[in-house]
Amino acid sequence: MEKTFTFDRPDPCNAFIKICENITYGEGPLSGISVGIKDNISTSGIETTCGSHILQGYIPPYNAHVVTLLRSAGAAIVGKTNMDEFGMGTTTETSSFGPTKNPVDPTRAPGGSSGGSAAAVRSGLVRLALGTDTGGSVRCPASFCGIVGLKPTYGRVSRYGLIAYANSMEQIGPMAANVRDCALLYSVIAGYDPRDGTSVDKPAPAPVSPVIAGKKIGVPAEYFGEGVDPAVAETVTEAIEKLADLGAEIVPCTMPSMKYALAAYYVTSMSEASSNLGRYDGVRYGMAPEMVQPWHEAFSAIRRSGFGEEVRRRILLGSFALSAGYQGKYYAKAQAARQMVRDDFARLFAEVDIIAGPTMPTVAFRLGEAADPLSMYLADILTVPANLAGIPAISVPCGEAHDLPVGLQLMGRHFAEDEILSAALAYEEGSA
Amino acid sequence: MVSEEDVAHIAAITDVGVDASELKLFTGQFNAILEYFDILDSVEGGNGEPVGPTNIFREDVVVQSLSQEDVLRNSTDPEDGFIRAPRVI
Amino acid sequence: MTVIIGLEIHCQLNTATKLFCGCSTDYRDDGPNTHVCPVCLGLPGSLPVTNRQAVIYALKVAKALHCEVPEVSEFARKNYFYPDLAKAYQITQYDKPLALGGYVDIEGEDGREKRVELTRIHMEEDPGRLVHMGSGDRGRYTLVDYNRSGIPLIEIVTEPQLSSPKEARRFLNKLRATLEYLGIYDSEREGSLRVDANISIKGYERVEVKNITSYKGVEKALTFEITRQKGMIRRNAQIVRETRHYQEARGVTTSARSKELEHDYRYFPEPDLALMRVSSWVDEIALPELPDARRDRFMKQYGVSLNHARTLTGDLGLAEFFEEIVGDSPEIAAPWTADILLGELNYRDMPVSKVPVQEYRELLDEAGSGRITDTSAVEILRLILNQVMEGSDPEKPGAIISRLGLAKESGESFREIVATVLADNDAAVSDHRAGKNGAINFLVGQVMKATRGKADPKEIREIIDDLLKE
Repeated sequence: MEKTFTFDRPDPCNAFIKICENITYGEGPLSGISVGIKDNISTSGIETTCGSHILQGYIPPYNAHVVTLLRSAGAAIVGKTNMDEFGMGTTTETSSFGPTKNPVDPTRAPGGSSGGSAAAVRSGLVRLALGTDTGGSVRCPASFCGIVGLKPTYGRVSRYGLIAYANSMEQIGPMAANVRDCALLYSVIAGYDPRDGTSVDKPAPAPVSPVIAGKKIGVPAEYFGEGVDPAVAETVTEAIEKLADLGAEIVPCTMPSMKYALAAYYVTSMSEASSNLGRYDGVRYGMAPEMVQPWHEAFSAIRRSGFGEEVRRRILLGSFALSAGYQGKYYAKAQAARQMVRDDFARLFAEVDIIAGPTMPTVAFRLGEAADPLSMYLADILTVPANLAGIPAISVPCGEAHDLPVGLQLMGRHFAEDEILSAALAYEEGSA
Repeated sequence: MVSEEDVAHIAAITDVGVDASELKLFTGQFNAILEYFDILDSVEGGNGEPVGPTNIFREDVVVQSLSQEDVLRNSTDPEDGFIRAPRVI
Repeated sequence: MTVIIGLEIHCQLNTATKLFCGCSTDYRDDGPNTHVCPVCLGLPGSLPVTNRQAVIYALKVAKALHCEVPEVSEFARKNYFYPDLAKAYQITQYDKPLALGGYVDIEGEDGREKRVELTRIHMEEDPGRLVHMGSGDRGRYTLVDYNRSGIPLIEIVTEPQLSSPKEARRFLNKLRATLEYLGIYDSEREGSLRVDANISIKGYERVEVKNITSYKGVEKALTFEITRQKGMIRRNAQIVRETRHYQEARGVTTSARSKELEHDYRYFPEPDLALMRVSSWVDEIALPELPDARRDRFMKQYGVSLNHARTLTGDLGLAEFFEEIVGDSPEIAAPWTADILLGELNYRDMPVSKVPVQEYRELLDEAGSGRITDTSAVEILRLILNQVMEGSDPEKPGAIISRLGLAKESGESFREIVATVLADNDAAVSDHRAGKNGAINFLVGQVMKATRGKADPKEIREIIDDLLKE
């Protein structure tokens, strides 16, 4: 039995690109619960733009696997949330549909690229939202907006229908105001899907309960190093002390591969993106090309006007990193560095159960503050290692610095989402 | 170091139109970013052994295709069931 | 000037579904864009999953061609723009192909067996199909049909070891026969086997000729290109390393825009697909009898000559047809089928599957019994094939013999015809008596004409000699 969901709230933060008309929902664990979906997740019959002009007007003829799961869980899908164009940003300011404001402080960016989802949850427009996390795009806005966001293990959630930015690293992740809601949404979207060749067949997630006592928590020195705002570091250190108070054992450690992580991440993600975004030529969907000759000019013209500057920058850099004569220097070395990151985590997880640190090195940026591209990229330094290694990571609010939210990041072993959710819940509820 | 010519070349093979005014800006940014990427020069080894999931296959069983209407829905001015593209020769 | 040729052969595998999605490959009778899904249309968010059967088929070819299958192989993306390429990259294999090495034995230029080595076999997806419209306003755009997009292909790459267009044709015939025997490809399907060729004259740059869509066009395309290159060398013109397109209709190759940048394909491993570790599957793959084995068996079992055995096993349909009709008279069935029937079929562009088995067997029996002459038998065969071509039921050879009175002439009436011919051709008779070569042939020809081919030339000679002795 389909029921109608009424949604008539204003959206002053520009969290949504599109709010659905005729919202319905059914029976199930999410019955009647409002959910926002990041606009890079395909929704049958609902325009899906990836925050880009080039996809304006594109109506997918199919649902992403997670959308099918949400529908059958009874969720009320409210709309498509704003994002950095194709997920390429840390502020949601590269969206073709205007920036999203941080509900905590409207002069600030919500973080990105899932900034619309975070803002929609934080401002109470929806109870749950789906984001996607390629290099921190769920955890960064969760941290900046003071909500919970989980990046699952690579292969845990089907990417079928997720519009690719960097296939080898991204996952769809749940976002919510608290850990229990986040775990609820996670339990609905996690699972094997044969249509995604990188999906992994594992048992369904176990229910979460606050558990932290006796767990070993590794704290890498690099997560509190250069570039990390001391006020943020202090807030996170206090949070880790609280985990110790709850019975966790804190183990100082190091992650030498961190110095390569950001470069490895950007080379890999830009390379994959440069290939993924080749298909946007206006022929089959999206903006219509002018039928001019030579045809390369038709394609160039539409990609020039349809893509924003940051997207074009990453396509160019990624193509360069893959091009003849440079692949060995950039793409191949990035894969070797990526292996070092995996090896570092494997070594650490032989000793500890969870690795903890700040989610972001700073609090939310001011809108328009983003200066040159490279300094923007540097903000992802603490989130990209989990994507490179494919391990799960969660950001949970842990207080404030400069009167703005700070996120505590907990990373776990492959497919140990239950463990980091339980630890985050123990932290949030102050009990173990 | 990349030159403006390098950037223009990459723009040409990726069909990303870059006009003269942007060329200078992009070239400057690229050099800053690529200089940062140079840290990878100190990484030992190359692509290495491939890792990841292995032997994922589907069976050779026909699944319903999209209707022609759905295939054409997002394209502009389809003609007799075909999708139109800029002429290539 | 030594000619060096290497071939790249693309073969569509006849799986039920495409390489990376469940769309049916059987779109021949359907309209454009009717066998398309988010995956093969390259819709944002779609993901490929590899068809197990396609991998098994490719491994079958690898085993039959004696390739080595490495422990790990991997798909890669080849990035380039073209409107028939839905994702702006083709999923193919690059530095970790499915199979390496291997060889095909063919009949070489000197008539002896020649081994042509293979470099590799890899798997990839076919792009869509472009239809170019007329000129004027409609000439401004191209129409795209993605039904073909995602059809599984194998690409077989040879070492540059072929030395003439004729050898290349023999290689392709042998390869095609092998692929057919393996049952992994549909030879009737247009464009199911496509060839690119690398051609050079020793000591000069190599030219790639693409777009040879019919495998019959290969010999023509190669011959043209070799003549062109030799001509340039004679004129001291420089041969540039380039890609040329074969224009089937005109039988020439023309230069493709040789923009270097088009060749930077920026390959990298396909992140959406799992690695393949399938070398152990090879042991479980059973191969059918292949052309060489069948050729040897034909020689042994039926006592057929090497040449006839080669011809009869060079095409799966022909080999099976032969075994169906051979009966206990291979000495008649083999030359008739390999030399006469095949020629008549080629002339009519008619597949062997259309030959009426009953009628053909009966015809061979009649020819074998000596009731009709070979000339009459050929006449009857042509008549039957023409009837099939016209769509009517073929007549029984026996009925044709009666209807046209083709039973071999003999006896007194026949001696009378010979006598008449001798009487009417005094000059030739004198010439023959004078020992002039050729006179007897003329006389035999005259008798054949008078009997409408119903006489046996050998018998005529005997009767002529007999009559002239009198």
